[in-house]
Amino acid sequence: MAKLALRGVVKRFGDATVCDGIDLDVDAGQMVCLIGASGAGKSTLLRCINLLEPIEDGEIRLDGEDISVPGLDPHPVRARIGMVFQNFNLFPHMTAIENAMLAPRRVHNKTRDDVRDEIEALFTRFGLADRMQNYPDQLSGGQQQRVAIVRALAMRPDVMLFDEITSALDPQLVGEVLDVLLALKAEGMTMLLATHEMGFAREAADKVCFLKDGKVIEEGPPAQLFDAPQHPETQRFLARAVK
Amino acid sequence: MRGTRAAGLTRREKYDAAQRRRSLLIAATSTALVLAALIVFIPMAPGWEKVQSSFFNGAVLAKSFPKLLDAFLVNVMIFAWSAPLIALLGLAIALARDAKSPALFPLRLFGAAFTDIFRGVPVILTVYLIGFGIPGLGLPRPWNSPYIWGSLALILTYSAYVAEIFRSGIDSVHHSQRAAALSLGLSERQVMRDVVLPQAVRNVVPSQMNMLIALQKDVSLLSFIGPVEIFRQAGVFKSLLANFTPYVGAALIFLAVTIPATRYADYLMAKQSQARR
Repeated sequence: MAKLALRGVVKRFGDATVCDGIDLDVDAGQMVCLIGASGAGKSTLLRCINLLEPIEDGEIRLDGEDISVPGLDPHPVRARIGMVFQNFNLFPHMTAIENAMLAPRRVHNKTRDDVRDEIEALFTRFGLADRMQNYPDQLSGGQQQRVAIVRALAMRPDVMLFDEITSALDPQLVGEVLDVLLALKAEGMTMLLATHEMGFAREAADKVCFLKDGKVIEEGPPAQLFDAPQHPETQRFLARAVK
Repeated sequence: MRGTRAAGLTRREKYDAAQRRRSLLIAATSTALVLAALIVFIPMAPGWEKVQSSFFNGAVLAKSFPKLLDAFLVNVMIFAWSAPLIALLGLAIALARDAKSPALFPLRLFGAAFTDIFRGVPVILTVYLIGFGIPGLGLPRPWNSPYIWGSLALILTYSAYVAEIFRSGIDSVHHSQRAAALSLGLSERQVMRDVVLPQAVRNVVPSQMNMLIALQKDVSLLSFIGPVEIFRQAGVFKSLLANFTPYVGAALIFLAVTIPATRYADYLMAKQSQARR
């Protein structure tokens, strides 16, 4: 059974259909990359999975449980799904470590002392040991994004969603963030990424899905999708994107 | 050393220094001219001596000033107990107006009506209606005190304004902050308390400082329903001494408080707009 399974997911904003019947499976421990032009529906799909947007039709299953039932309390579901955003979205009035401790304290009713060791270990692991007491505006973009990843990991999520997390970074800072993803993959985290980093997707992903106009046009292992794309739309997109 | 550099200054630095000297000279000259004109021409006005003796009378000022200062303590007192209550009520109204649950719809309605009414009526009218109206119910002491009902009038009026400022502060927090907090599993209430409000409050500190300054001045409106605060005290002296100088004294006391406070608010505002850049 897939860890995360999408069946016929439809999301509309007014007349615009942003996700148009999307089917997608992410198995436990897999890294799946969503690629496609801006506006293809990648980010919206991630927001739907995290229940930040209600879906109009279809089903989203997490560990077999339908989490898209209308009226379901979204908060405990979101606590199981970590999400990292393009613009970091750290809380600017809290230090890095306070950012990471907030949700475990509030949602899991832990004290700071309960979670401090575990969270400090995460900071140390991702090279942020000396940045824990800094405020977000004292950190570089790459550091902020790594703090945002730590903040999501502090909730011990089952699945992590990454929404173009390197798109707002200077090119020389992209590598340090992608390294974190590789480390998470190595320890078996289940991950779904929307990304424009084709090189990274080709090297690291277990599966790549090409989206256009809210539909999955083509999916497969990266070697197949990048080197022998079947669909003409995929070929056209890759011809432009990879050059 | 490059060609444009001479005597340790670049030509740009020299030019800027010359420009600064020039601006300073022009500003100093024009200020001196205006001051001189005021000093020379105003006393030439036909009524000047009368105005001087009835508004700028040193002997009257010296006589009334200590008592004016005492009366100003009444202003400070009313201000001191009103301000925290305004902050609390203002925040409560702001939150009520943002309540989303349908069960809380009456609260939203109440919040909207409250701000509409108390922002729509002149402060002095609210002071009169509440300050005279409620004690008119024949309440026993101390519940007929104009201090209580006058303060309440100020609290209601200012809460309405302060609530709107808090609301604009809540709106000023980017929606991505909410999304990030929700994605971690926080409830709506926790998002508001831990993420949105702390940033919202910080964003509106300068605006709220300006409300405090306005409140400090409007405390004087309570003089119309009884409390002998500084404006009323100045009026007493005016009648007693047949001289307007006590009003000038009162104005000086207000300025001694409001000018530093205004400067501080401006400083906070400037700091904030710099941080935004």
